[in-house]
Amino acid sequence: MAKVLMKGNEAIGAAAIKAGCKYFFGYPITPQNEIPEYMSRELPKVGGVFLQAESEVAAINMVYGAAGCGVRVMTSSSSPGIALKQEGISYIAGAELPCVIVNISRGGPGLGSIQPAQSDYYQSTRGGGNGDYFHPVYAPASIQESVDLMQEAFDVADRYRTPVMVLGDGMIGQMMEPVEFFEREAEKTEKPWATNGTKGKRKPNIINSLFIDPQALEDHNHRLEEKFELMKKNEVRVETFNLEDAEVVCVAYGTTARIVKNAIEICKNEGIQVGLIRPITLWPFPEAAFEEVSDKTKAYLSVEMSMGQMIDDVKIAVAGERPVEFYGRSGGMIPTPEGVVGKIKSILGRE
Amino acid sequence: MQERAIFAGFGGQGVMSMGKLLTYAGMIEGKEVSWLPSYGPEMRGGTANCHVTVSDAPIGSPIITNDATCLIAMNLPSLLKFESDVVAGGIIFVNSSLIDNKVSRDDVHAYYVPANEIANELGNLKVANMVMLGAYLKAMHPVKEGSVIETFHKLFTGAKEKLIPMNEEALKRGADCIVIA
Repeated sequence: MAKVLMKGNEAIGAAAIKAGCKYFFGYPITPQNEIPEYMSRELPKVGGVFLQAESEVAAINMVYGAAGCGVRVMTSSSSPGIALKQEGISYIAGAELPCVIVNISRGGPGLGSIQPAQSDYYQSTRGGGNGDYFHPVYAPASIQESVDLMQEAFDVADRYRTPVMVLGDGMIGQMMEPVEFFEREAEKTEKPWATNGTKGKRKPNIINSLFIDPQALEDHNHRLEEKFELMKKNEVRVETFNLEDAEVVCVAYGTTARIVKNAIEICKNEGIQVGLIRPITLWPFPEAAFEEVSDKTKAYLSVEMSMGQMIDDVKIAVAGERPVEFYGRSGGMIPTPEGVVGKIKSILGRE
Repeated sequence: MQERAIFAGFGGQGVMSMGKLLTYAGMIEGKEVSWLPSYGPEMRGGTANCHVTVSDAPIGSPIITNDATCLIAMNLPSLLKFESDVVAGGIIFVNSSLIDNKVSRDDVHAYYVPANEIANELGNLKVANMVMLGAYLKAMHPVKEGSVIETFHKLFTGAKEKLIPMNEEALKRGADCIVIA
């Protein structure tokens, strides 16, 4: 198929439909509104349902219900809206149901701003909801990658019976880039657990996240843990760039990684070798990529559109072997390549 | 080649469309492109701008700060706001119908195009953006004019098809304003 020019939000909607998503429940919030707009126009054409709920809490519980029926379903929102959805996400994780949640994030805390930010790293990777759970978090850096990861997200959600989050920022949502939709068969997963009617042939399925017996819940937690370990083993995605001779290795995801690539280019022209580890999955975090770093590397630099959140995972991965520095802008301000270069030079003592 | 252009004006002047046409034309030519709009709680008649990158190599950051190769300013606030973002040796296109000021820097080249006057002569003020785009294409040629015309045919379909000749004419009239020594 030929390339088409699409806005990130619309491309995400188109990719979801291509992945077999038929149901969307949501509530408006900037800067993701083109996703529900697109879904409201396109889902009825494929026999699907778009429904604007009365609130974010209602929307995520509608997703919970639809996921329980075994259909491909999604919701999208932006930071404070995702915060409202955390209760439902925890329930869905607990009940082991597949769904996709898109967060086109904005500045915070609170209502914050509507400009791009990455201050939802903790919320996304540590679970804003209660309980012992994780879910995969994909962080695309381009519109093409958003499309590819959306299709992947639905497959992974079904395969592991888990909510999957796709975390973009306002820039990914609003930007236009050429995309190509590769025809790929949606992975077919049997869903014998779905509450889609017994037809008089089987016992009723029950979908629930409540365990009265502590032992039963602990057993459930152990089973979930095994699933998380399996995802850590199989679902890590990462891009590494220019690691061989790097004196400093930057760690950045999403649009920030693109800014860092510009900074790396500037440094290269000045004779400073800088590498990049770009986590594509924020959870599971690509810890193994840090083992590829050479002896020449003196320090890591976590670059984020936040006051410093992913830096915690970088420190865990680095395990104290080298210093981990931070450079970030927040509140909807966007780091510049020059700012990153300045920080790299100060780390190396070459102002 | 990497062209990094900022298109800016007030809401309704078609600055987003200018950027999109350039982006689309670049894509048709197989180049790497990105289009990044300003978005925010803007008021009607407030400022609007978009960042367009057209490149032979993959594009890193789609954001243009202090490194624009070009600025297309459709109104005065846009010129004042973005003038300093253009690199030394860069080009600024000024809509002289609405901007009396001259470009204050002497390390950039400026073209003054009376886009609104020309659009009015063509009978539709709305094509002022295409006049500016025509001037920009003639001076910078980041993409071929033919690719932009091809884009017209892709985007203006159905009832909008009748708008193509006027838009083509607007591009030509804009190009005529540029005399390259």
